[in-house]
Amino acid sequence: MINKVVANADEALKGIEDGMTIMVGGFGLCGIPENSISALIKKGTKNLTCISNNAGVDDFGLGLLLQTKQIKKMISSYVGENAEFERQMLSGELEVDLVPQGTLATRCMMAGYGIPFFPTPAGVGTEVAIGKQVINWKGRDYLMEEAFEAEFAIVKAWKGDSAGNLIFRSTARNFNQPMSMGGKITVAEVEELVPLGELVPDQIHTPGIYIHRIFQGSNYEKRIEQRTVRPKK
Amino acid sequence: MLDKNGIAKRIAREVKDGMYVNLGIGIPTLVANYIPEGVNVVLQSENGILGMGPFPYEGEEDADLINAGKQTVTLLKGSSIFDSAMSFGMIRAQKVHLTILGAMEVSETGDIANWKIPGKMVKGMGGAMDLVASAKNIIVAMQHVNKAGESKLLPKCDLPLTGIRCVKKIVTELAVLDVLPEGGFRLVERAPGVTVEQIKAATAGKLIVEGDVPEMVI
Repeated sequence: MINKVVANADEALKGIEDGMTIMVGGFGLCGIPENSISALIKKGTKNLTCISNNAGVDDFGLGLLLQTKQIKKMISSYVGENAEFERQMLSGELEVDLVPQGTLATRCMMAGYGIPFFPTPAGVGTEVAIGKQVINWKGRDYLMEEAFEAEFAIVKAWKGDSAGNLIFRSTARNFNQPMSMGGKITVAEVEELVPLGELVPDQIHTPGIYIHRIFQGSNYEKRIEQRTVRPKK
Repeated sequence: MLDKNGIAKRIAREVKDGMYVNLGIGIPTLVANYIPEGVNVVLQSENGILGMGPFPYEGEEDADLINAGKQTVTLLKGSSIFDSAMSFGMIRAQKVHLTILGAMEVSETGDIANWKIPGKMVKGMGGAMDLVASAKNIIVAMQHVNKAGESKLLPKCDLPLTGIRCVKKIVTELAVLDVLPEGGFRLVERAPGVTVEQIKAATAGKLIVEGDVPEMVI
């Protein structure tokens, strides 16, 4: 087997340079690559274009990279949880491209399927359609959306092995799976790096061919954005 | 007049046995509390759940298990988890039968606006554009007028659109209205104690009133 294991996040992110486009997995704060985000802050890479469904919160997730002004542009579907984001966007410091969530996920996935365009009805007749080709197929209008091209994709999985095979846990799968197929270089940080042979081939979510670097993450905070509970009976 | 729970309760009557349903944030989420026993439905959460259950008991929250509103949730027996691309694949393929969501404005032709107020608020569309573009049946749960007292049922939306010609039904604190394919809001039911005149006064778009409009039973 080809060994994809690197020592840590610093090594995994080698080659990320100012001005690059990166995909960052997670939905809200669920399943975000915490170790890699910390390493990016330490590295100080600037003018990044980040493709990520959300922008974290003020003091966690991608919100941290917004505070350090390392992000030039965000490509997201929903950014309502972050006051610093709103401030930078309204002041013009931050470019923002809002993309319907399904279109965003599919454009990540397409990069891993070798599909350059796909037609979707999402956004027809709205400002999302501005500047895009509209095709009519069997009487219905569709927007032509293109696959993302990202120099790096950074995802977080539950378990992985040295061959780069990944298994996600619960709804932390979210954007991590489509993005794990979508980078020119894909970095996966995992909660548990297991020996070869331990993962059941039938149960692997992302096959190792898509993963270039994998490392054992540590100190996961796994912050909950909206803790909602019901009282015990 | 209905409160938020009343709106949710009335909408729950539109949810039929065997449906896969996506509930938006706010009033739509409350609909889950009023689905009658014996009506078997599966709730879809677009971050990747089919078979979403209630909030967890205190101390049993799992950071890896949230709904599309980022709230901690649980899974019912028989539930499944999938990635975001597949989630919107099943939405686009119309496997999800019913979408219930909130709105800032709805037009008499079924256009909906709910994601942006230019210069004021931009939170993003999330999955709303995908949902309204593909769902076969879309019900909007909202207040009839905005905080300034202006009607949210308009001839044409003023705010940036989320989708066009897609809303089929609207339930507000005042009424249940069908959006007709040829245009216009047809008054189906009045909320308890609400008169047709009150509904007329609160509706800026074309309101169609045919015969006696029954008061809703909830």
